[in-house]
This record gives sequence, C-alpha cells and structure tokens, in this order.
Amino acid sequence: MTQHDTSTATKEREVSGTSATEHPAVQASSPGQSHVAHVESTAPGSLRVDDLEAYYGSFRAVSPVSMAIEGRKVTAIIGPSGCGKSTFIRCLNRMHETARGAHIRGHIYLDGEDINGPKVDPVVIRRKIGMVFQKPNPFPTMSIYDNVAAGLKINGIKSKERSMDEIVEQALRQAALWDEVKDKLKQAGTALSGGQQQRLCIARALAVEPEVLLMDEPCSALDPIATLAIEDLIRQLAPQVTIVIVTHNMQQASRVSDRTAFFMMNAQRSGELVEYDTTAKVFTNPADKRTDDYVTGRFG
Amino acid sequence: MTSTLVDTSLRYRRRKLFSNIMVGAATAAALGMMAILALILGQVFLEGGRYLNLDFFTQRPQPLGQEGGGMANAIVGSLIVLAIAAVLALPVGFFTGIYLSEYASDRFAGFVRFVVETMAGVPSIVVGIFAYVLIVRQTGTFSAIAGGFALAVIMIPIFARAAEEALATVPFSLREGAMALGIPSWRIVLRIVVPTAGPGIVTAAMLALARAGGETAPLIMTALGNRFWHDGLMDPIATLPVQIWTYATGPYDEWHQQAWAGSLVLVGVTVGIIGFVRLVYRGTQFRQL
Repeated sequence: MTQHDTSTATKEREVSGTSATEHPAVQASSPGQSHVAHVESTAPGSLRVDDLEAYYGSFRAVSPVSMAIEGRKVTAIIGPSGCGKSTFIRCLNRMHETARGAHIRGHIYLDGEDINGPKVDPVVIRRKIGMVFQKPNPFPTMSIYDNVAAGLKINGIKSKERSMDEIVEQALRQAALWDEVKDKLKQAGTALSGGQQQRLCIARALAVEPEVLLMDEPCSALDPIATLAIEDLIRQLAPQVTIVIVTHNMQQASRVSDRTAFFMMNAQRSGELVEYDTTAKVFTNPADKRTDDYVTGRFG
Repeated sequence: MTSTLVDTSLRYRRRKLFSNIMVGAATAAALGMMAILALILGQVFLEGGRYLNLDFFTQRPQPLGQEGGGMANAIVGSLIVLAIAAVLALPVGFFTGIYLSEYASDRFAGFVRFVVETMAGVPSIVVGIFAYVLIVRQTGTFSAIAGGFALAVIMIPIFARAAEEALATVPFSLREGAMALGIPSWRIVLRIVVPTAGPGIVTAAMLALARAGGETAPLIMTALGNRFWHDGLMDPIATLPVQIWTYATGPYDEWHQQAWAGSLVLVGVTVGIIGFVRLVYRGTQFRQL
C-alpha cells in the first residue's frame, strides 16, 4: 500500500550517460521537425522505447525492448501469461516504479522527450499518458459525474474555454457512455454494470485529455458484449489518442490494433519482444516461428 | 443386513462425542459471556434507573446530608475533558494512521506499529502518573487540560491503529486509478483514500472517545474532581467516572444511589455510541472493488 513515487524513481532509475550521443536523432525530434532520422510517424502522442529493461529488485522482468509506437494509432501487446507485457506498459507511464524495488533502465520518449528525465515528475507524465486497468476501479465515494471530473477537479485544473459540464459530457460521449448515464450523472459510479464501469474509467482517463491511453487487459473482467463495446470504442478513439492495449485475447488484438507486438518469456524468465509489425503481418505472415506458433494457437 | 453407510464403530462414536463436547463448550462460553454482560447491564439499569431523574442532569452535588442533587457538573466536565482529548488526539492519531497505511516502509511501519501497540498496552494509571508529572507538577495545579492530555495519550494509539485498518481496507486499485490520472500522492490520500475509508475512520474516532470517556484512573491524578462547577480549564474539574468512583467508595447511601445513576448514564452513552456505529456501518455499502 505504500507509494514511493518520486523517491524510488529518482534513486533507483539508472540513466546511462551516453544516451544523448547514442540517439541524437531522437533527442532532436520534437514535433514539427520533420528532418529526423527515423521514419516513424510524427503524429502527436508517439512513443519511442529504447533498450527498455524493467526490474523488480534484481529480477529483470523485461529484457531490452526497443520499439516505436505510432501516434494516434492502436498498438496491441500480446503474449502468454508472465511474458512481461503488463510490466512493459506500466513502464510507459511510470506506474511500474510505484511497486517496491521496481526500476527501469533505458529510455522512453514521448514525442521526443524523455519521460524519465531527471526533472520530469511522474505525476505530469501520467496526466499525458493515462491508463485503464484490468478491473474497473471507479472511485466509490463519487458520482458518475465526479468520477469523470476527478482528474481535473482534484488537481484544481480549470479550462478557460470549456465548462466542467462540457468536459464531462464530451468524455462520456467519447467513451460511448453518455446516452446510458446522462439522466443519472449524480448516481454512484459503482452502481453501473461492469462494462459501464470500465467505460466510465475510460471516460475518466479521457477527461484529462491524455496524449496516450494505456489499457492493461481492459476487457478481461467483462462479458463478450461489453467487450465488443470497448473494442468499438478503441477504434473510435484512435484518431484522437494513441492507444496501447495489452491483451491475452488474440482475436481482440487482430480486431482493434494497427500494429502488434508479440512478447514471450525467455530462458531467464524475463519477457522479451519477439516480433513487432503491422497487425496483418503478425497474424498472417509472421517472421518468427514462435510468433507463428502462438498466433495459430500451438501454445500459450 | 448391515448398512455400509452407517458407522457404528467405537472410534466413530468417540469422535462424535468429542465433537459434541467441544461445540457445547464453545456455546457455553459464548452464552456465559453474554450472561455477564446481561448481568452488568441489568444491574446498572435496575439500580441506576431507580435513582436517575432530571435533577441528575441539571443539579450539581448537594452538601452532605441533603437529599437530591445531581452530577451536571461532572457530565459537563467529562464532555470538556473529552473535547480537549479529542482536539489533541484525533489529528495525531489520524496522521499516524495515514503514515502507517500510506507512506511508511514495511520495516519502519512494523516498528511504529509496535510502538503504538505498546502505547495502547500501557496501564492507564501509568498514563495518569505521566500526565501528572508532565503537566500537573509543571503547572502546579490539577486541571481539565491535564485530564484531557491524559485521555489523549490513551486515545491516540487506539485511534491510530483503527484508522490505519480503515485506510487499509481501501483497495489498492483505487490508488492506482488515481495515480494514473496524474493526481499527486497527498491528494490521492486526502481526496480518494480518506473519503472511501470515511465511515471506518469516524467509527474509529467514536470508539476511541467511548473508551477514553470511561477512563477513571488517569483522571484521578490529573483532573482530580470538583464538587462545584469548574472555574476554567486550568482548574480541577469534575468528570463522570471520577465522580462515580468517589461516590461509590463513599459511606453514604445517597452517594451510592448517585453512583448508580452515574453508572447508568456512562454505560448508556457507551452502548449508545457502539449501537450508533453499528447502524452507520449497516447503512454504508462497503464495496470491495
């Protein structure tokens, strides 16, 4: 129950001093500069992961991963249980470091900026990179309305252009929940069904207008119909926000994502990235035999 | 024809008998405990009910040999001393609970918990001596402040541990959800965790107050007691438990009657608080997410 947000982060994180020279192109790639060396999209909300390793104490849960996550697209992370996919996406908004003894090596850049930079507060990163969890977790003391407004209200953020009502309505519309709850905004968020609660949590995450939305198996606690609703929602959201979704459901990955990353546990019980390509390629013509075995259901 | 489903062996019957004896013993112990409570309550209500009247709440003690009078000054005194104790103890206990539940590392939390539990186990007479040496001797007078301080020392560990436990019932997923919205940790605690644990924290505070309200020994050494209305917070003040103790150990029948009435009020308030707390709990849907 203890959080060591900033202290462990700054203490434990090991930043290699050579990053600037190793990745000059990345350092220079702020949005608007189109001459950057790498070819990935420059749509806002793009992530670049460089040699990321995630540790719990001395145990390396994720072996060096490098990948570019396209802005305003859906990227699926698939793989068998224990392959480090949840750990991996928890690094992307610095939630990983909230576990005791957890730390990372390597770099993650959001639109060219190192999210683990020495002066970067994880709280700020999490406003830009939101997260939806396996089990819906609406705040039980708050109404539907207050749940959606929570991120802005508690942080004391006020928009000059839009009223809180407008922001809440828009977030609920984006989460495809507005029509179902517009007449009962004052009711408790926990009174909704599981699928509605999960969409409420998505609305809550969207209300702070993140660049990226991370989803850690968001449908694993939901029935098939609620699952389909969330999948539709993911497709609709993609043009507005970058989505990275962890799923153990391969059909889901193939239905919702533009690109798919396949993770597997290696001999040291550490997760590694086996293959990362367009979803069509990963599911129909994978380059790696292990990917092929997994997506055709031969194991996992 | 012998049934294969009915066991008639000696071993089986012995086991069955032993099982029945154990269930019987457990039931008897539980009933015995309830009987003790029923006897205490019954006697207090019978005796106290006979002597309790409106004067008890509105009059102060009469001079010796005169009928009537009440413990109004002691009731007010108890409330004042408890209020002082609450002002001192609730903030300290609350933040100790938050520290234990939210911020302390496992090892240090274990140490603090040990200290808190030891503190809760210190006999209340020792707390009284401590307050006497620290406050009564320093200020040169028995006082409401000294009494409040002594009760606060008794309340802090009870409230801190109960508040910690209430906070610990808040699922980690809520803290995580709030973290993922970019809410700083202290705001998560104050705006999400504490309200979610709200009923539990209120319960903890009320039970700590009920416990401190019935303490006698530390008050004898600090608030002392007073047959008159108190003259201020830095003067001796009457409290219900001390007044009951004084009257119950005195030689006069009128005093004993007053002591019974006082006991009824004290027990009534305690039972009332516990009953209220139970009601609050039933009214709250504590959803575990």
